[in-house]
Amino acid sequence: MADATTQAPAVTVDALSKDPSRRARFAEFWYYFSENRGAVIGFWFFVFLVLLALFAPIIAPYAPNAQDRAAILVPPFWQEGGSSAFLLGTDAVGRDILSRLIYGTRYSLFIGVIVTTIALVGGILIGVVAGYFRGWVDTVIMRLMDIILAFPSLLLALVLVAVLGPGLINAMIAIALVFQPHFVRLTRAAVMAEKTRDYVVAAKVAGAGPLRLMFKTILPNCMAPLIVQATLSFSNAILDAAALGFLGMGAQPPTPEWGTMLAEAREFILRAWWVVTLPGLAILITVLAINLMGDGLRDALDPKLKRS
Amino acid sequence: MFRFLLGRLAVLIPTFIGVSIIAFSFIRLLPGDPVALLSGERVMDPARHAEISHQLGLDRPIVIQYLDYLWGILHGDFGTSISTKKPVIDQFFELFPATLELSLCAIAFAVILGIPAGVLAAIKRGSWFDQAIMGTALIGFSMPIFWWGLLLIILFSGMLQWTPVSGRISLMFFFPTVTGFMLVDSLISGQAGAFKSAMSHLILPTIVLGTIPLAVIARQTRSAMLEVLSEDYVRTARAKGLSAFRVVGVHALRNAMIPVVTTIGLQVGVMLAGAILTETIFSWPGIGKWMVDSVFRRDYPVIQGGLLIIAGIIMLVNLLVDLTYGLINPRIRH
Repeated sequence: MADATTQAPAVTVDALSKDPSRRARFAEFWYYFSENRGAVIGFWFFVFLVLLALFAPIIAPYAPNAQDRAAILVPPFWQEGGSSAFLLGTDAVGRDILSRLIYGTRYSLFIGVIVTTIALVGGILIGVVAGYFRGWVDTVIMRLMDIILAFPSLLLALVLVAVLGPGLINAMIAIALVFQPHFVRLTRAAVMAEKTRDYVVAAKVAGAGPLRLMFKTILPNCMAPLIVQATLSFSNAILDAAALGFLGMGAQPPTPEWGTMLAEAREFILRAWWVVTLPGLAILITVLAINLMGDGLRDALDPKLKRS
Repeated sequence: MFRFLLGRLAVLIPTFIGVSIIAFSFIRLLPGDPVALLSGERVMDPARHAEISHQLGLDRPIVIQYLDYLWGILHGDFGTSISTKKPVIDQFFELFPATLELSLCAIAFAVILGIPAGVLAAIKRGSWFDQAIMGTALIGFSMPIFWWGLLLIILFSGMLQWTPVSGRISLMFFFPTVTGFMLVDSLISGQAGAFKSAMSHLILPTIVLGTIPLAVIARQTRSAMLEVLSEDYVRTARAKGLSAFRVVGVHALRNAMIPVVTTIGLQVGVMLAGAILTETIFSWPGIGKWMVDSVFRRDYPVIQGGLLIIAGIIMLVNLLVDLTYGLINPRIRH
């Protein structure tokens, strides 16, 4: 295992960059990352999910909303009454659960990517400005973030969706807004710590303008905690969007989003376990894989935890 | 200490004003006429519209409206529910004990299991026990709790028939509300079986709401403990020949508890968010379900008032957590 993983980066990095210091950094990163077995499993499972999402129309046996009136609430194939035509059974209107789960991967990953990107980019911009300029700009920004943080995130997202109207896009906007303050705080703290370092002063003396100082000189050195936070938001975004879907405020039926599928299945809870169990299991495994990856990233990126 | 408190209040008050502005403006951001939204009347002739508008003060300048709203809040007036016609604050106090009881049980569940699990995992670092505990904690941390609740219902209420599916107590019991806590009230009432019924209704929601805090506390305890166990004073204590139990339980645990207490304090927000889902699944008549129902009923005064009250509670609890630091950590005594 150790051999395989230490050799692997050489191939990937070659394509990435010819710069030797960069290659060394990536090799070092992969070395620490791959020490965490759970992180590697999480990573490969995540790759599997991405492939599943990309090739959903080829892999899924049926269209996500195709209904078979003759096959309503068919149990999974290993149970009595199950059939090999519907491996994981069908729901109350005869839709194939396996196909819906596969298509659901698309929604969950999409939600994670969009929410994290909005929250990360917005948070970095605001946080860098607050940390670099300080003074009243900083005070105003941080008070605003305190205000957002005073609400439980799911409640604020729920109310925002009530204002904007139920739906997947609005749910994503609401969740991204609620996640923003964490990125702002992290960026601000990191920028403040880096700002007085010699290399920043040197760049300033050399004539670098504030924009260059903020984004080119300081920011790259603040990325480690942000990347770790980003993986955490990725999994939380999936959880919160599923929760909103479950409450009827996220993606609307018949969208094969996992949380929405659960909401539709609730009334069959005591009659057909598979319609309730499987979508939730999909959420759990996906979130777990991303969190495992996040733990590995933290070990690999946090210099304080690195064994020298 | 007094200066510290003043400093905290200097931050808290503007934040609360900001929160109140958000709650105030939220109703005006909604598509539609605020007069109709706040009164709940859909069809109104112009005269009636003007009358209600005047009654609610909506015909005045927006700044005056806000100050009036703030004045009302400071005097305990959080508006009136459209669907029940009762003051929002009264409804809140009616439902809050249910949420508080559930949250306290969930926190107790998380602390009682989480701290020993974290400590044992830290002592046996790297063993299969440690890996099993941390693996379970990561699963708990990744859990979609609304699904977890449904699973527990399938297993314990459906298959095993051990616990009821919803509510706080069986309908056959009726007794006066004294504390609002079902466990306490049922004991006071002295009715046979009432306490047992309340207990069996509480157990699944407690597990569901406590799962994520449990995972967070176990992880946090383990890492805090690992840090402390490598300190010199722990080595000294061991070298003095103190028993392992005393070294871990007294010397290490006390210092490891500082970050853990912070974590427990931070769980209050998590609790209130979790209550939204847990209470919905188990039809638990508390604040979380009240908010969700109000969103669906479009009972905007309730959403507005509830949002503000909940944010206020979280801010107060965070302040209390900050103040208790000094009690457990003399190094930052103010």
